[in-house]
Amino acid sequence: MDVRLSSEQQALRDSVAQVVGRLGPGTVRDLDDTERCAKLDAAVAASGWRELRVPLEGRAPLASGVESAVVAEELGRGLADTPFLGPTLAAELRRLAGAPPSDATETVAFAGTLAAAATMASGTPPGTVAPDARGATTALVLVPDGPRHVLASVPLGPSHPGTDLTRPGAVVEPGPAVPVEGPDLRPLTDDDLSTWTALGLSLACADLVGVMRGAVDLAVGYACDRRQFDRPIGSFQAVQHLLADAYVGMEGSRSVALHAAWSVDALRPDDALVAAAVAKAYCARAARTVCETAIQVHGGIGNTWECLAHVFLRRALLSTAVLGGVGASLDRVVAHHGIGGRRGLR
Amino acid sequence: MDFGDAPEEAEFRLRLRAWLDVHNPGLPASSTDDEYWSGQAAWHQSLYDGGFFGVTWPTSIGGQGLPSVYDVIVDDELAAAGAPPRPSLGYLVEGILEHADDDVRARFLPGIVNGRDRWCQGFSEPDAGSDLASLRTRADRDGDEYVITGHKVWTSYSDDAEWCLVLARTDHEVARHKGISAFALPMGQPGVERRPLPMINGITKEFGEVLFDGARVPVANMIGRPGEGWPLAMTIVSHEREPHELGFAGRYAKQVSDLVARVSADPEEYGAEQVRDLAWAIVESEMLQLHVRRRLSDRLDGIVHGPEGSVDKLLMTWTEQAVGHAALSIGGARATGGDDTLVKVYLYSRAQSVMGGTSQIQRNLVASRILRLPAS
Repeated sequence: MDVRLSSEQQALRDSVAQVVGRLGPGTVRDLDDTERCAKLDAAVAASGWRELRVPLEGRAPLASGVESAVVAEELGRGLADTPFLGPTLAAELRRLAGAPPSDATETVAFAGTLAAAATMASGTPPGTVAPDARGATTALVLVPDGPRHVLASVPLGPSHPGTDLTRPGAVVEPGPAVPVEGPDLRPLTDDDLSTWTALGLSLACADLVGVMRGAVDLAVGYACDRRQFDRPIGSFQAVQHLLADAYVGMEGSRSVALHAAWSVDALRPDDALVAAAVAKAYCARAARTVCETAIQVHGGIGNTWECLAHVFLRRALLSTAVLGGVGASLDRVVAHHGIGGRRGLR
Repeated sequence: MDFGDAPEEAEFRLRLRAWLDVHNPGLPASSTDDEYWSGQAAWHQSLYDGGFFGVTWPTSIGGQGLPSVYDVIVDDELAAAGAPPRPSLGYLVEGILEHADDDVRARFLPGIVNGRDRWCQGFSEPDAGSDLASLRTRADRDGDEYVITGHKVWTSYSDDAEWCLVLARTDHEVARHKGISAFALPMGQPGVERRPLPMINGITKEFGEVLFDGARVPVANMIGRPGEGWPLAMTIVSHEREPHELGFAGRYAKQVSDLVARVSADPEEYGAEQVRDLAWAIVESEMLQLHVRRRLSDRLDGIVHGPEGSVDKLLMTWTEQAVGHAALSIGGARATGGDDTLVKVYLYSRAQSVMGGTSQIQRNLVASRILRLPAS
């Protein structure tokens, strides 16, 4: 038992942080800088970080869920406006289904609430969307095949910002789903989908941890600079205690998120999924509070478009929604422990 | 990164599991039942003699020198077996190890570790709670002894302890936190009066107050140098804030598994709100167990006495109080006349945001020492 990042994982973290520090958005206005955004995208594409779940040999991925989570956390911290979650989850579906890696940028289609991957028996259900779709022209969907699922590809319309200003989504265009072909295809089992969901939740949690780190740093910096009553507002206990709670919530989140990421490849799929659900419930609750704190500490400025605080909150809201937020995650915990009660949680 | 057991860790775990099959004393919880305390010393000694207590401490004081993460395994298995948690005294050991000279370490630490000597910690006073440095208990030199006069309160285990690590003022001329020294004081002597202090859930054995009126302690029992009482106290409280020094992650895991067993045995009895409260308790308790793994992994290359204990204390408090709320939610309706154990669990949980330094003090420490916010 040693849950510290290995030196290779630390080096990966540092290189992601370096790229995001150099090319990520430093202000809200930077989000409109298409040249910077294209450079960031090119750097991330060249890094191979989106291919960490592509099989190396046989079925095993190039890297474990921990490496993907390390990348996701740093991208979240720096509000990186480049796709990662979508392409990584698409690559994972292809890996599990024995499909060849995609040549183009690809993401995954979800039902409108983002709580589950889109399942398509015939035609596109209304409201099917693909989050984190910048640069992607297609998305994967699940097609029922007896008790299992196979993969198909659906065309995407142009991406446009939703709640999250850093990761635009796209609407799935009407039209037939094209089956994904390949020589070694196998239908996705329930276990495969549990593994995939566990990875998706783990990456969303890692992103939330990164977002919390970024939001706390932003708010602490502001609290040291901003003066009222002739003192930095960060000297007031009322402000200090808000920020301390935010930091502590982030630290607890990091502990559960790391475990969830490790569990993806180390535990049985059902156990990995419940570990991820525990993490998601904890991280999602903490992230909303932490981002709200960042806005509160910024006062009036925090409620203006120019302040980055809302960009962190918006990113947290998307990561929270992906594969289910607090309620859906607690439902999984309840089901796992058999404490369903009269009406479950609803 | 690996949350799983290495082969030698797995072997240790199986050995402990087998030992617990035979030696689990099945005591009631310390937080709700005075009966626990009558069996606590025997449990500590039995766990030690079995080779499962203090395993990460140095062999020179009776430990086994195993890596820090072995305490996680002990907590896991005690909780899984429904056994009592590890006795909570790691903070005393860490404080004495850090500050005492070889003689004091050799005389006192083995007895603390093996459970033959029971200790309490005389820190807080009626007028010195969060503001501990304002303490007024005095130690006046008289030949080869110090004479202790003062009043300590909220002292855990004071009724049963043979020894008290007492903080007392030895120098009235210097800045207040520089005039404090620490002593190992024998409790069984004239001049020591102990009074139980019932807690809000009715238990009387945990909390106490102690009046020192001319109690005597040999000069050789000073822990650290004269005036080193404050840094020693800070080392101790920083570890007292750590769930892994207390074994509390295991305590909560056991409480949660008891609640889960109760609800899953009869799920139709419970409504959505009760289930939700329990789900949060599960999530919080899991978080704390994983957080402890992280902290103890960070110590695989040696202990650093830093401010992170304040983070851990707040996480531990949020966990205990979430478990307390679940216990109230699930057991509250049955409290009238019947078994009120779960209400006691809830009431006891209120102390966690006070003991070992209030949550407000912890937030001050996180703000100043970790976030580096400007002084208030």
